[in-house]
Amino acid sequence: MVWLCARFAAPNAVSLSLEDLKSLCILSRLEIASGEMEGVADKLSEIVTLVDALQAVDTAGVVPMAHPLDRAQRLREDRVTEADNHLRYQRNAQQVEQDLYLVPRVIE
Amino acid sequence: MEWEAVIGLEIHTQLATESKIFSGSSTRYGARPNSQASLVDLGYPGVLPVLNAEAVHMAVRFGLATGCTIARRSVFARKNYFYPDLPKGYQISQYELPIVHGGHLDIVTEEGGVKTIGITRAHLEEDAGKSLHEDFQGLSGIDLNRAGTPLLEIVSEPDLRSAREAGNYMRAIHTLVRYLDISDGNMQEGSFRCDANVSIRPRGETELGTRTEIKNLNSFRFVEKAIQVEIGRQIDVLEDGGSVVQETRLYDADRNETRAMRGKEEANDYRYFPDPDLLPVVIGDDLIERLQANLPELPAAKRARFIEQYGLPAHDADILTANPESAAYFEAAVSASRSASPKTVSNWFQGELTAILRRESVEVADTRVSAATLASLLDRVADGTLSGRMGKEVLEALWNGEGSVDEIIEARGLRQISDAGAIEALVDQVIDGHPEQVAQFRGGKTRVIGYLVGQVMKASRGKANPRQVNEILKNKLAG
Amino acid sequence: MLHDATIAQLAEALRAGEFSAVELTDHFLARIERLDGDLNAFITVTADSARARAEQADARLAAGNATPLTGIPIAHKDIFCTRGVRTSCGSRMLDNFVSPYNATAVEKLEEAGAVMLGKTNMDEFAMGSSNENSYYGPVRNPWNRDLVPGGSSGGSAAAVAARLVPGATGTDTGGSIRQPAALCGITGIKPTYGRVSRWGMVAFASSLDQAGTLARTAEDAALLLQVISGPDPRDSTALPDPVPDYAEALARPLGRMTIGVVDDFFDDGLDPDNAQRVREALSVMEQLGVTLKSIRLENIGLSVPAYYVVAPAEASSNLSRFDGVRFGHRAGDAGDLTEFYMRTRGEGFGAEVKRRILTGAYVLSAGYFDAYYLKAQKVRQLISEDFARAFREVDAIAGPTTPSPAFPLGQKVDDPVQMYLNDIYTIGAPLAGLPALSMPCGLVRGLPVGLQLIGPHLGEGWLLRAAHAFQRETDWHTLAPPGI
Repeated sequence: MVWLCARFAAPNAVSLSLEDLKSLCILSRLEIASGEMEGVADKLSEIVTLVDALQAVDTAGVVPMAHPLDRAQRLREDRVTEADNHLRYQRNAQQVEQDLYLVPRVIE
Repeated sequence: MEWEAVIGLEIHTQLATESKIFSGSSTRYGARPNSQASLVDLGYPGVLPVLNAEAVHMAVRFGLATGCTIARRSVFARKNYFYPDLPKGYQISQYELPIVHGGHLDIVTEEGGVKTIGITRAHLEEDAGKSLHEDFQGLSGIDLNRAGTPLLEIVSEPDLRSAREAGNYMRAIHTLVRYLDISDGNMQEGSFRCDANVSIRPRGETELGTRTEIKNLNSFRFVEKAIQVEIGRQIDVLEDGGSVVQETRLYDADRNETRAMRGKEEANDYRYFPDPDLLPVVIGDDLIERLQANLPELPAAKRARFIEQYGLPAHDADILTANPESAAYFEAAVSASRSASPKTVSNWFQGELTAILRRESVEVADTRVSAATLASLLDRVADGTLSGRMGKEVLEALWNGEGSVDEIIEARGLRQISDAGAIEALVDQVIDGHPEQVAQFRGGKTRVIGYLVGQVMKASRGKANPRQVNEILKNKLAG
Repeated sequence: MLHDATIAQLAEALRAGEFSAVELTDHFLARIERLDGDLNAFITVTADSARARAEQADARLAAGNATPLTGIPIAHKDIFCTRGVRTSCGSRMLDNFVSPYNATAVEKLEEAGAVMLGKTNMDEFAMGSSNENSYYGPVRNPWNRDLVPGGSSGGSAAAVAARLVPGATGTDTGGSIRQPAALCGITGIKPTYGRVSRWGMVAFASSLDQAGTLARTAEDAALLLQVISGPDPRDSTALPDPVPDYAEALARPLGRMTIGVVDDFFDDGLDPDNAQRVREALSVMEQLGVTLKSIRLENIGLSVPAYYVVAPAEASSNLSRFDGVRFGHRAGDAGDLTEFYMRTRGEGFGAEVKRRILTGAYVLSAGYFDAYYLKAQKVRQLISEDFARAFREVDAIAGPTTPSPAFPLGQKVDDPVQMYLNDIYTIGAPLAGLPALSMPCGLVRGLPVGLQLIGPHLGEGWLLRAAHAFQRETDWHTLAPPGI
């Protein structure tokens, strides 16, 4: 039932390789079990094929719409309004030491 | 072959706002770890940024001071990458539409000439937190107090041609942001740091060579040394028939070398896109006019005025206008003094006063001898009450809080003897006491007069006016 | 029965002292206890704090400084941060997350004296149209336990339909309030983008997300919306415009209203019986004096592809903050930094969320940005212009909310594209930032279906008034699921 969209449907299917998926996983810091890679790649290919229908429409000269509100950013007065709550906030953190959040060693 | 370096700087200067760019947390330096990290700074689920007006005004002030075009509409974008000091997994920055662009700044070249450096753009962004590398059982500690501190990233054109020029440009920007009062420029605290893009090419070549980026240079000296060694490294690579790799490098001050940065191996794809939590920043004429009207006198203008109005040599003007505090101190002293010349004030400021400030490692702003006090001291020197040497002694006493200039003169009995009669008496004593030297003088060995003057000064316990001693002695010996 | 009463009726009874807020709260808590076992509409039930709030409400009622919502039991979708209460967003990633602060919508309802009974189930991070993507298991449709309730606000919709609570909050990014409202036979409204503050609402797609309300009647939905709407210094994208008095808007006669009908919506993608119910509803509107006008939305067919570029793109960035460091799930054996991130996120997120993050990363990545993200933004512009053009001729646009009534659990869960296409009618409004509501307009094979009304910018009043007029003429909204 691609109907409505059928009018715009993309002629050819797009397919993502396992390599494409691997680099997307690194970029997104997302681990996917090796057994599932194949299936995920297929689903992503279907999704990209669906959105590829966009290519069919002529958007020459159309201004991209980044946001539904056509308004200007409101500015905040430069005042300190936040108190020290780190002990309360750090209750949600699993590893804290000497007020610091701990992460695996950062190498530069 | 003769090589030419092509250098561009990206200077990150923290803006001196009270609160952060997108939250109401304090930006104060040195607080307890994470005590100034609010829900917004921590990137908690459901939080949203709200832009700090002062940060916008400061960026516009910088743009106006450097002849930039102020964007009537600028847009914040997300720069996406994972790093522990970046809580949200993206940095809110400006990408396609920065707040100001297309400006310039004049700097002094190595030959002492003036050169105009293009400023490509300056954009607003949020600073990251800090990773503390001391070991917590193999883990790093993250302090997010700095996360969200407003930064103005000032990007220059690749107009710089030497390490020295790059250093001078960085100094000029530093002086400017201090004058504009938009940053404390404190390099020890990381308020003012820079990345340098360096490439080389055969002199005369117009194509740019492959560049490397040296990250996180936080002192003028390091910028110059790092660029210097990087230029040398690239020359060696090319002359050994190799080719420069485009990469990010770090400067190791201890070894005085740059090395490729690890960890960043996988190519960065930042996936910039407009931040849907923030609407376009719109700046109108009224705001621009208001900020323009409130701009202070800028370094270049002040320097020119000092030369013109006070008749100072360029070198003096450079030193006195290097920061707003020195310039203000100088002008206050000059206007407070009844008879000391601006040049004299300049000399004392650069000489005796600066020496004490350095020794005590105190900033001009915190000096214990006010401009008015220095002025009254110099008046005493000008009217002959004090010799230069006595003046220095009084300055030290003033620094130690021993009272006003005249109180100190009294207390130490430092009044100079300028009464001709009294000095003649001393001179006669010395002439009678040193027939041998007098004979030598009269025999043409005029250099001994210095010794005789010394004897007179000694007899006066340093209080005699040296100029008068000289004259009177000469007359008597000639007579 | 108490639980069949509307919020308006309950408020009146509370003020008349027919029963206390505590009694009312206990009544609904007992129903949740008895009925939610197999519905699974709630992730967290906050019985103790609810009773405490109810007591405060009674005191307030006695003192005579009650608001229309004082003592009224409500539920919040578990995407809204609630101080001291787990806020899971339907994800393993936030299973251990206790929010230290309240969302603005939560805060405002609390100030009005409403009594929160708990947090409702949802598709993980609001990504889904069936409520099957929840770490806490699927919600079941009160009309038939083998069917989906719709999503992502499926828990809120099911809870209201099953009379476990008279009203609830929800969020709508591509239809997440209207679609479950339709499939559960209740009324749900998604106001204009920015009408309700997003502060404290865990972000899915920031340029589309909008909070709204679900209740059985338009009048009740309006009562709740009235309270949560308005400017918020903490949300730069919250509209500064004053909030009109919706109750007053409801009271006014419909007057001369023109409603546009999109013929394309009635093509073979729409279940014929569903189409029939919608047409019947439209003729009721005509009897109410509404003029129907056939209109075209040239690019509406592209709303699904445009949405499934924009929403995942924003989501991929919004969900980067879940890295196991400051809150949420953290992978056990660390490894190096990259492994730590990958494992933490790999374990914390479910399949659909992963698909959207990866899709988002793809459409934003170098080489694809222009072809997908930028292209989608341009198409979004075209869709938005189509609506603007339409609203020069009509006051609202009416049509089906969904292509069909509720579908069986498991039917589409492994076929994301079919699931996405199911959103075709609801996705247009959020892309253009427009208000839209869904209300019951009849049964198809014993299952409720919805009539959707889309309004112009800040046209909530229009929509609510039209819906209220419709509900005074019809009783579809009063139908209870069998056995409830």
